[in-house]
Amino acid sequence: MAIVIGFIPDQYGEAALAYGLDEATRRKTGVVVVNTTKGDALVDKRYLGAEGKVTLEQRLADSGVEHEVRQTMGSDIADEILAVAAGVDADAIVIGIRHRSPVGKLIMGSVAQRVIVDAACPVIAVKPG
Amino acid sequence: MDTLNLLLDGFTSALTLENLLYAAIGVLLGTFVGVLPGIGPAMALALLLPVTYGLDATQALIMFAGIYYGGMYGGSTTSILLNTPGESASVMTAIEGNKMAKKGRAAQALATAAIGSFIAGTVGTLLVAFFTPSIATWAVEIGAPSYFAIMLLSMVLVSSVLGASRLRGYIGLAIGLTIGLIGLDASTAQARLTGGSLQLADGIDIVVVAVGVFAIGEALWTAAHLRRKPIDVIPVGRPFMGRDDWSRSWAPWLRGTALGFPFGALPAGGAETPTFLSYITERKLAGRRRGGSEFGEGAIEGVAGPEAANNASAAGMFVPLLALGLPVTATASILLAAMQKYGIVPGPTLMTDQPDLIWTLLASLLIGNTLLLVINLPLAPMWAKLLRIQRPQLYAGILFFACLGAYSVGQSSFDLLLLLLFGGLGFAIRRFGIPVLPLILGVILGPLMEVKMREALDLSNGEVSGLFNEPLAIFVYVLVVLVVVAPPLIARFRPPALLEQHDQEVS
Repeated sequence: MAIVIGFIPDQYGEAALAYGLDEATRRKTGVVVVNTTKGDALVDKRYLGAEGKVTLEQRLADSGVEHEVRQTMGSDIADEILAVAAGVDADAIVIGIRHRSPVGKLIMGSVAQRVIVDAACPVIAVKPG
Repeated sequence: MDTLNLLLDGFTSALTLENLLYAAIGVLLGTFVGVLPGIGPAMALALLLPVTYGLDATQALIMFAGIYYGGMYGGSTTSILLNTPGESASVMTAIEGNKMAKKGRAAQALATAAIGSFIAGTVGTLLVAFFTPSIATWAVEIGAPSYFAIMLLSMVLVSSVLGASRLRGYIGLAIGLTIGLIGLDASTAQARLTGGSLQLADGIDIVVVAVGVFAIGEALWTAAHLRRKPIDVIPVGRPFMGRDDWSRSWAPWLRGTALGFPFGALPAGGAETPTFLSYITERKLAGRRRGGSEFGEGAIEGVAGPEAANNASAAGMFVPLLALGLPVTATASILLAAMQKYGIVPGPTLMTDQPDLIWTLLASLLIGNTLLLVINLPLAPMWAKLLRIQRPQLYAGILFFACLGAYSVGQSSFDLLLLLLFGGLGFAIRRFGIPVLPLILGVILGPLMEVKMREALDLSNGEVSGLFNEPLAIFVYVLVVLVVVAPPLIARFRPPALLEQHDQEVS
């Protein structure tokens, strides 16, 4: 039982991380932070490097919440998050969402939408403040 | 100073706006493909071979030469920022360059690589301009038997000296020579290896083979290894060097140039050996000069030397290509193929038949080198961004141009089928670790070699002795035998050599 947080190192990921930690404290449970890449480019700035991972672990440790960081790789980011959520039997999933126009969604698709529709548990969608 | 005058003439024709534009396109495109690992100048040239139908010979060659130099330069950027060499010649640059970048000296590493490349490329090109004519006048005297022998030597060297295993090299060569045989025999008009197919009677166009092996093969290989963990990239600003960096860099640049050029000019020299030698030399010298050298922790000498050697050998490659019509790298083979498409016969007579073309080409090499320095130093951060390109999109583009190129050869769907076939071959040789260079050299050099052999045999009325009746030919055959026999003997009497150690270090 835990809160699954979809994390990427930008404002949306930060918003999800902050809210997820609050939610975990409220429910008195731990967090599983998921950071995923498609792995189809040489460099992906949304995937944490060795240094970024250490910083994240440190921040989680400082928050005092029981935590775990999982880095995965797969063709579909939403599927990766959902797989982790199913694996840890998540209480809730927290994701950051961004504004996206209908046309933008048509072209780029929406990871958030697929997580919300397909998740077996409640999904909390957070916008950066 | 005949050479200088000719070179100045070359400059006047190279400095037209149009030619400058092609040089600029060439170096930018070259840097682009050099930065991305897996795609090199050879693949870029193969994809661009069809433009030879539309462009004039001088302009196409200017652009191609720019791509070649640009590719060498781009590879170093990837080596330094990612520790993943963009191409084999920049493996040694990665060792010290990446450590420098990790220490926050990426800007200096990129700067010494760029300026070193510029100096080595310029000195190298000037050396080509001064050496090639005299070698060409000497080479005119070479008869068909000796020519055949020299080509044989070059093939044996390329297959056996470079690469991890000699057997794999020879397998590659055999495949290449076989592909080169397909088609009608030039003197008896017999169909060879066509399987009765009329579409194969004309032989297989080099565009189809090169694009298939380089582009489709690489695309299939990437598709099979699509998802890999992203690598940490080191952020970089505008490259610059301090006074201390300059004083530590200039000597390695010159030493690297001196090592690189002769190796580039030799058949099978390649860029791997001189960059390795330059690295070793700089490490030894640095250790001797002061108490503790910085090597192993990011020494600027370890970037400056190999990077200069790399580019000097790239320039050296033009000597055998222009003077003898003998390509020594995969990129040079494709350049040779491009010349053939224009009906230009590379070889000793090239200098006298096409002086305008050659001197314009050499002048534009010097211009391209300068452009590389001027354009690329400020653009380094942008090139680093290229590494974020997603593979599916990138290779979709490559596949599109590959098919377009192969189809444009003869407007026949049969060529597309062949393209796919050679793509499969390209995938297979990557899977089994067979080097590409002997293969592509076999395809391009094989038919030329056959012509020389026929010539020699015709002169001697079919007597085999006709192949041995020149002293030079006999000398070269002795070298061939030495190359084949010596390495296994040496390996038996000596423990594993330095080169193998270096392979382990790198991996």
